[in-house]
Amino acid sequence: MNYLKIGVIAFLLLTIPFFFAEKNQVDAFTDQVIQHGATGEDVIELQARLQYLGFYNGEIDGVFGWGTYWALRNFQYEFGLEIDGLAGEGTKQKLAAASEYDRQFVKQQIQSGNRFSHYGGVDNKKQSQQNTNQNRPAEQNNQQNQGNQQQTQTPAENDTVAELEPTAVNVPQGFSQNDIKLMANAVYGEARGEPYEGQVAVAAVILNRVESPTFPNTVSGVIFEPRAFTAVSDGQIWLTPNDTARRAVLDAINGWDPTGEATYYFNPNTATSGWIWSRPQIKQIGKHIFCM
Amino acid sequence: MFRWILISLLSLTVVGVSVWGYQEHQEKNAILIQAENDYQRSFHDLTYYMDLLHDKIGSSLAMNSREQLSPQLAEIWRITSLAHSNVGQLPLTLLPFNKTEEFLSQMGDFSYKAAVRDLEKKPLTNDELQTFEALYEMSSDIESELRKVQNMVLNENLRWMDVQLALVNNDEQADNTIIDGFKTVEKTVEGYSEGKINASMMGTSSKKDGYSMLGSDKITEDEAVTKMRRLFDLDKSAEIHVSKTGDGANVPLISASFQDENRSGYADITQYGGYPITLMINREVNESKISLHEATNKAKDYLAGKDFGELALIESNQYDHVGVFHFVPNQGDVWIYPDAIQIKVALDDGDILGFVAKDYVENHRERTIEEPEVSEEEARTKVNPNLKIQEHHLAIIEDDTGEEVLVYVFLGTLGNDTYKIYINAASGKEERVEKLKQAEIKY
Repeated sequence: MNYLKIGVIAFLLLTIPFFFAEKNQVDAFTDQVIQHGATGEDVIELQARLQYLGFYNGEIDGVFGWGTYWALRNFQYEFGLEIDGLAGEGTKQKLAAASEYDRQFVKQQIQSGNRFSHYGGVDNKKQSQQNTNQNRPAEQNNQQNQGNQQQTQTPAENDTVAELEPTAVNVPQGFSQNDIKLMANAVYGEARGEPYEGQVAVAAVILNRVESPTFPNTVSGVIFEPRAFTAVSDGQIWLTPNDTARRAVLDAINGWDPTGEATYYFNPNTATSGWIWSRPQIKQIGKHIFCM
Repeated sequence: MFRWILISLLSLTVVGVSVWGYQEHQEKNAILIQAENDYQRSFHDLTYYMDLLHDKIGSSLAMNSREQLSPQLAEIWRITSLAHSNVGQLPLTLLPFNKTEEFLSQMGDFSYKAAVRDLEKKPLTNDELQTFEALYEMSSDIESELRKVQNMVLNENLRWMDVQLALVNNDEQADNTIIDGFKTVEKTVEGYSEGKINASMMGTSSKKDGYSMLGSDKITEDEAVTKMRRLFDLDKSAEIHVSKTGDGANVPLISASFQDENRSGYADITQYGGYPITLMINREVNESKISLHEATNKAKDYLAGKDFGELALIESNQYDHVGVFHFVPNQGDVWIYPDAIQIKVALDDGDILGFVAKDYVENHRERTIEEPEVSEEEARTKVNPNLKIQEHHLAIIEDDTGEEVLVYVFLGTLGNDTYKIYINAASGKEERVEKLKQAEIKY
């Protein structure tokens, strides 16, 4: 009988904290494991909570970068958790219990494009720097959002439903968003009618040229080399690229090269130079022949 | 009366049109002249820098003191890069002008490597001096040929716009002095055999023969098709299009593509051995449903089925609704960076959207990894003391000359930035320092 009593008490003791933790869990994080490189609202919350405790001193931007990684590891070290740099179930519970997350404040700051911090025990007013530049896209988005809200739903509802968007994006090492955009422009102008692999291939040729000693050493140098790309000569490069071209460029930057390290390509139907035919050919993808 | 009105109206129109036409013509000319001037500046700059380069190389050959030689080599390096950027601005892409550009980049590599070296301790060897002299001769020939072209351009008022036109119209007969001139330059340089230039100093041609894991068994077309279907995850009924690479390929490949209603794909496998090199699947990816972490596990599972051995994750990134991961083999806790594998996973349902194993297939072989001669504590002391070291592992990387070396990789922070520092495990030399990228603000 005694054993049963002890058993019941032990069981209750073991499960009660679990219940509380579960309760905490409801208004903190989704149930995914957050890892280096992730983006989204979970990351915003992770950064905000780590900053609340003073582990994280970077921007709360919704991208799990190196700064967030080391902050998380330090947190895990201090709280006696396994140090793996992953925000899993246990880590998130500990973090949610130890810190607060003022979502309303963070949401407001992000939507008005302010610079802000989220340290614990500091007045919110002192943590926000008004954004004076009216042309920030965040601001515009905000205005658009508000316009939409009025049409579709009341603001109060929206506050709890809409997911917070990160204010930053991942970019591959050594490239900026603008490099990617410029390449996407070139790829779209040169190969918009081509299959997806054909577009990756054109982007890969641009990158192979940057690497090659016989071409300029920058993306813009390669693209704007006189007579190098017809789309540049006839102005088609300034068409607005679609998402496919952008994804193709990202793939090429991340290492996909269906051309076999080609540095030239041409369309056999419209090629204007006889010399290009003398290059050793590698393969044909779509309408383009790729060669060394 | 009516006739007169008509006549005056018409003549007014004619005058108006001619005034407008004349203005258009003027504007067009102004723009043409501007473009022409741009080309002229690049060309004359190029010849000037070639001149300067020739002189500088000549004087550094005659130099004796090391204190003077190093800055001089740095200067040569700077001039080659200026000249190179000028070549890039001339409309020569359709002309075979490669050799000259190659000369510039070789000269640059050579002077850079010699300039950063401690010439007091390691003076130029005889081989290197020979290379240097060969480069000197080359520069002298290029210089004099370019001078000839420049002279003709100036005497006969030749225009680069005509070169453009001649290249566009592909007029074989067109006697274009500039084009001919550049072809001569190219021929002169071509005359230099590779042998004269010591490859080991160049870095550009030190690419070792890779693809040693391929073996000598060619796979049949049928085998290739079966492999491709499995890669694409397609059944027998689906139609796929298969082709082979031509002479230009540095390793013979079989390529395949398919296209169905909402998916298309492309893949390369090697003709020898049938190893997959590239896989790409293209489809619309919907809202993310799985986490990046779950995607990592899917990627690991997928690669585990591909016989790559044990892998370590070195980079994971989420781009919109796809995750891209970089793995390297982990051989007895040594990470083999040259054998990198990239893989892409859709975050809506966790499907594999592609992978690249080119580096793996090209570089992978049985490596015997030496024990590090420098202890980890010793290596730590070689890192900048301001840096807070957070993580470390042993790895094999390619150094600046393309040789594989065993290094300690330290991940450390300095302020808000994270750095990767590679310390040679045999000599304790700091091989490389990389600043790891930060996320970029959305514009």
